[in-house]
Amino acid sequence: MTKSSVKRKFTQKKLSEVAPEFPFTLEDVTNLSERLGEPAWLRERRLSAWQAHSQLPMPSMQDEAWRRSDIRKLPSDRLALKPAEDVSLDPNLLAPLGGEDCGGRLVLRPGLPSQSTGGTELSEHGVVFCDWATAVREHERLLREHLGSVVRESEAKFAALAAGLMQEGALIYVPPGVKLESPLHTIIWAPGSGGLVATRLMVIVDQNAELTLVHETGSPLQPQGEAVYAGMVELHVGEGAKLSFVELQHWGEHVWNFTHERARLESNARIEWVFGAVGSRFTKTYADLDLDGEGAEGRMAAFYITDGEQHLDHDTQQNHLKPHTTSDLLFKGALRNRSRSVWQGMIYVAPGAQQADGYQMNRNLILSDDARADSIPGLEILADDVRCTHGATVGRLEDEPIFYLMTRGLERETAERLMIDGFFTPILERIPLEDLRVRTKAMLHRKLNELTSHG
Amino acid sequence: MNGKLEIRDLHVSVEDKPVLKGVDLTVKPGEVHALMGPNATGKSTLAYALMGHPRYTITQGEVVFNGENLLDKDPAERSRAGLFLAFQYPVAIPGVSVANFLRTAINAHRRALDPEYKGIPVPEFRTLLKQKMDLLEMPYEFAGRYLNDGFSGGEKKRAEILQLATLEPTVAILDETDSGLDIDALRIVSEGVNAVAGPNLGILIITHYQRILNYIKPEFVHIMLNGRIVESGGSDLAKQLEAQGYAWVREKHGEAVSEA
Ligand SMILES: Nc1ncnc2c1ncn2[C@@H]1O[C@H](COP(=O)(O)OP(=O)(O)O)[C@@H](O)[C@H]1O
Ligand SMILES: [Mg+2]
Repeated sequence: MTKSSVKRKFTQKKLSEVAPEFPFTLEDVTNLSERLGEPAWLRERRLSAWQAHSQLPMPSMQDEAWRRSDIRKLPSDRLALKPAEDVSLDPNLLAPLGGEDCGGRLVLRPGLPSQSTGGTELSEHGVVFCDWATAVREHERLLREHLGSVVRESEAKFAALAAGLMQEGALIYVPPGVKLESPLHTIIWAPGSGGLVATRLMVIVDQNAELTLVHETGSPLQPQGEAVYAGMVELHVGEGAKLSFVELQHWGEHVWNFTHERARLESNARIEWVFGAVGSRFTKTYADLDLDGEGAEGRMAAFYITDGEQHLDHDTQQNHLKPHTTSDLLFKGALRNRSRSVWQGMIYVAPGAQQADGYQMNRNLILSDDARADSIPGLEILADDVRCTHGATVGRLEDEPIFYLMTRGLERETAERLMIDGFFTPILERIPLEDLRVRTKAMLHRKLNELTSHG
Repeated sequence: MNGKLEIRDLHVSVEDKPVLKGVDLTVKPGEVHALMGPNATGKSTLAYALMGHPRYTITQGEVVFNGENLLDKDPAERSRAGLFLAFQYPVAIPGVSVANFLRTAINAHRRALDPEYKGIPVPEFRTLLKQKMDLLEMPYEFAGRYLNDGFSGGEKKRAEILQLATLEPTVAILDETDSGLDIDALRIVSEGVNAVAGPNLGILIITHYQRILNYIKPEFVHIMLNGRIVESGGSDLAKQLEAQGYAWVREKHGEAVSEA
C-alpha cells in the first residue's frame, strides 16, 4: 500500500471522540532504559511514569484545559519509537549568540549521538552541562535529587509520556555562587516523521548562581509525514539565583508538540523567560512559574506567529506561593490564514502570599478573516493584600497608522510589516543576547514573509 | 517633475457629508501659502484628501501634481511623487523607532526610483539623521524612541518636521503644526521649516492663528469658510485676521456659504 492510500483510508475513518492511545508497552520503556544504561531506580521511575500515562485518560475537548484544542486527529497509534533522522542541523541555529558568545553548546539528536562544543571552562567551575547518557553515567546524584521535583512525572498524560519514553535529555547544573557570563545553548534537533520523540531538560541554578540558557527545539518541515514530540522542562532556580531562559520552538509543521514546563523559584530568585514559537502543526504547552520563596520574581514574555492550519495552545500559570513575589507575563501573537491560537493564563495567589504582585497581558493580531485567537486570562486570589492585573486583546492592524506610514512612501505591505515588527518589539527586546535577538528577528521575518507570500 | 500642485473645483465628502464644496488652489515650487480659517471649515479635510485618506471621498474636481493626476495614486505613491503632510494629529507607531521608521521611508523613496536599491548604508543614514536632528535641536536619543508613542505635543510636531526635512518633498502641507507648541518649540519648528524652504519647495501652512506666520512668511494667504476658499490675498490678509478676527469674513461670505 502506498503512503497516500494509507492516509486516505485513515481520513475516511470516522473520528472517535478521543485520540487513540499510543501503542507503546512497558517492554519498550524497559528497553529504552537499558539502552541508555540507566540504573534500576531510573528504570523504575520510567515504568511508574509509563503506568501513570497508561492510567490517565487521553485529554479531550471535554476537559477544560483542552476545550479549544482538538487532538482527535493525533496519529498516536501509528507512531514508532525511532531515532531522529540524520539530517544536518539548520545552520542558522549555530550562529553566534552574542555577548560573550557561547559558553557551551549541546546538540541533542534523540537516538543519535549528541554533539557538544565548548565547556572546558565550565568544568573548572563545577558546572554540569551534558546529555542524558553522560548525566546517567556521571551525575546520578544530581538526577536522583532533582529529577521530577519541579514537573511531576505523573502529573499529566503527556508529561508522563515524556518521562516514560524520553530518548534524550540535558542536565545543567550551576553550583552556588557561580555566575556564568557566557550563555549555554541546547538544541533538540529531531528530523523525521512517523515517530515519537521525547526529551527532558533539567536545569538547576543553585544559590546565588547565574545562568543564561538558550534552548531550541526544531526540525525541518516534512510535509508528507506527521510526528509527535513530548518534552519536559524543569527549571530550578535556587535562593538568590538568576536564570535567563530563552526558548525558541521551530518544529516543522508536521509536528504535534506537547510540553510541560515549569520554573520553581526560591527566595529572591529571578527568572527572565522569553519564549518564541513559529513552528509545529499543533502545540499544547504548559508553562508555569512557581514563585516558591519570598521575594522571588518571574518575567515571562512570548511571541507566536501562526499560519496555514497551525494551532498553538499555550497554557500559563503564575503561581504566587509565598509573600512578596512578583510576576509579569506578556504573550503576543500574530495569526494568518486558518490558523488558531489559544492562550489561557492564570494568576494564582496562595493563602498568605501577601504583597504578591502579578500581571498578565495577552495581545493578538489577527491578519486574516479565518484566523482566530482565543484569549482567556484568569485570576484566583486567596490572599487579601495583593495587586494583580490582567488583560487580553484580539484585534487587527488599524487603518490610521497604516495610512500615516503610507503617506511617508511605504507600500501598504511594508507599512503592515513595520507595524507587526513594532508589535513584537517589546518581546524581542527582552532577549538578552544581541546576536540572538537579531537572529530571532530574522526568524520572525522569515515567518512573516511566508505569511505575506501566501497570505 | 515641475513640482506644481493644482487643485481645481475640489469637492470632498466624509461619510456622505459634503465638507469641501469647490476648492481651487495652486501651489508652485518656492511659494509659501497660508490657509487660514475657523475650526471645522475643512482645512484638515483638504490635507487628508490630498494625501489620499480612504475615508475622504472626492466627489468632484481634480488635482494635478507634477502634471499628473494625483487622485488615482495611493498615499505611498503621492508621497514618493513629492507630496508631504505634517499631520495635525500624528499617529503613534509603538515598537517602531524614529530611526528605523525613517530608514524604511528613505528606502521606500529610493527604491521607487531604483528597484535594485539595496538600502541606505548605515554611515550615510547616521550622518543624514544627525544633520536633520541638529536642524531641529533634537537630542540624538530621540531617534531611538518609538514614533509618536508617548511623545508630547511639541515632540510630535518636531518629529513631523524631522520627517519633512528627511524626505525632501516638493510640496509640504503643514496642518496646524503650530498648535500645542510653546514659544521656544514654535521657534525651533519654524526655523526647521525655514531651513528646508527654498526655491524647490512649495509650502501650504494650515493654521487658524496668525502666530506661526511671524516666523514663516507666506506670500499668499487664503481664508477657508465652510468648505470653500472665500478670500485670497497677500500677507496683509493674515494681519487683518489677527486684528479683526473672522467675523467680517463670516459677514461678507455668510450668505454664499449658507446657500451651499
Ligand atoms: N474623519 C472624519 N469623520 C467625520 N467627520 C469629519 C472627519 N473629518 C472631518 N470631518 C468633518 O468635516 C468638517 C471639517 O473638519 P476639518 O477638515 O477637520 O476642519 P478644520 O481642519 O478646518 O478644523 C467638520 O464638520 C468635521 O466634523
Ligand atoms: Mg484641522
